[in-house]
Amino acid sequence: MLSYALRRIAGLVPTLLVLVTLSFFIIRLAPGGPFDQEQALTPVVRANLDAAYGLDQPLPVQYGRYLAGLARGDLGPSLRYKDYRVGELIGRGLPLSLTIGLSAAALAFIIGVPLGALAAWRRDSLATRLLVNFTMIGVVLPAFVVGPLLALVFGIYLPVFRVAGYEPGDPAYLVLPVITLALPVAAYVTRLTRDSMGEVLETNYIRTARAKGLPPRLVLFRHALRPALIPVVSYLGPAVAFAITGSLVVESVFVLPGSGRYLVQGAIDRDYPMVMGMILVYGVFTLACNLIADLLYGWLDPRVRVA
Amino acid sequence: MTARMRIAIVVLCVVTGLALLGPLLTPWDQVALDWDHTAVAPQWATSHWLGTDRMGRDLFARGMQALRISLALGVLATLISVCIGVTWGAVAGYVGGRVDALMMRFVDIVYALPYVFIVIILSTLLPRGSLAGLFIAIGAVGWLTMARIVRGQTLSLRRREFVTAAVACGVRTPAILWRHIVPNVLQSVIAYATLTVPQVILFESFLSFLGLGVQEPYASLGSLINDGAQEMESSPWMLLVPAALLVLVLGAFSVLGDALRARVRARDD
Repeated sequence: MLSYALRRIAGLVPTLLVLVTLSFFIIRLAPGGPFDQEQALTPVVRANLDAAYGLDQPLPVQYGRYLAGLARGDLGPSLRYKDYRVGELIGRGLPLSLTIGLSAAALAFIIGVPLGALAAWRRDSLATRLLVNFTMIGVVLPAFVVGPLLALVFGIYLPVFRVAGYEPGDPAYLVLPVITLALPVAAYVTRLTRDSMGEVLETNYIRTARAKGLPPRLVLFRHALRPALIPVVSYLGPAVAFAITGSLVVESVFVLPGSGRYLVQGAIDRDYPMVMGMILVYGVFTLACNLIADLLYGWLDPRVRVA
Repeated sequence: MTARMRIAIVVLCVVTGLALLGPLLTPWDQVALDWDHTAVAPQWATSHWLGTDRMGRDLFARGMQALRISLALGVLATLISVCIGVTWGAVAGYVGGRVDALMMRFVDIVYALPYVFIVIILSTLLPRGSLAGLFIAIGAVGWLTMARIVRGQTLSLRRREFVTAAVACGVRTPAILWRHIVPNVLQSVIAYATLTVPQVILFESFLSFLGLGVQEPYASLGSLINDGAQEMESSPWMLLVPAALLVLVLGAFSVLGDALRARVRARDD
């Protein structure tokens, strides 16, 4: 198990390197630069700015410097927010983004697993069929559609929750963003659980458990649930990764001061280190989530480790 | 054919027809400003079937123009991703060995990167608002799953007798791929391509929602939703109209794709 884990962690290094290299060169190919403004700078000022940030050097030199900075844990200076390091800015918004992303993922599984199990158990009831159709829609709906609609209904027609802004410590601002983000994940988890639970319920040992007269609830939760959860667990990694990156969207919908705005604004402003930093931080989170889920899976199912 | 699938096809036909015929169905141009009727709700009297936005632009005209962009982009970017994915997967699966390992390793690595970021980086590459750029950016990342599916099928096709026969007759590798492998994977490719279209549309709308995609004076469902969300308190239809259009199109494509995929799977078993 340990060697499997180490092998997987070592496999992340080339992936990260490709991520850094690709994004470094692609974003510099983009037309326009960080100092193009409405009012053109004088050539001298421009040259001084470029020199101060090392942008006058050839690309390979800039790339080498960036990698060296990364090795020291430095994401570089922001070209837009003067006197700030990229690390500082992202670090400031990250706790909120992670709170939203992780709560949404947790909520999705808390809702999705029991619903899916029930749907498999009561396969033919009207409620189940409605639920299945609802999850079909839920998977399709993007956060930037659900968010404004929820805000319209629960923020304006029935003013229960806050629809924009944030005050630290007040959960009323976070309810709608978290629900928005959790909905598609919950819908997908429901479908996954329903399908795998459906398969498990057909097996012989479940029939045996039923035949010997165990109460249905016991059969469902003690015998069927655990094996049915394996595919659900393997979705855990992608789900958390989706929720963390998806947080960018709901932050923009609900005007929350998370770190998401830095990515989009950075891309528009050509703030190279900012975009790189965001991609790297979120890339690491995504890869880490997938890795943890894979390890969890390897622990549940020993056959995986050999492959 | 299930009832669900039939509904999806009908919805798609109606939506596509409306999008294409849009300019004939309304007297308003998508950029025309009707200063006498700004932010009015849907009404018959002024022919603003779906209302207007804050500048008095007709929402029906803008919505249909956005649909045309979304559908065209969805189909074209999917075609790009099909071409790359099928070629990549068929070559990797057929040639095998070290080439296969290398090609699929590349796919694995790009796969591990968050899709959103690749598209955002690629979209910064292009002059803002360039539609051709959007096609390429989205098509360039959509082919990964396609390559995996095609490679898997090619691996098993390669060992079939008709391929061996072709090799024995001296048919050259590109011809084998084109004439014997590709036609046999086409069904799965079509099923998966149907699922790629809504993903592409979703991505375009998402980028436009963030302000990185389609630019004024053109509208995208994403940018219309963003505009509508600013005004939803006073004029909810500005949000509801584009949201409904987007959900309708995405839903219909997903239902259709799911059904096709289930069919291919049933045949393979």
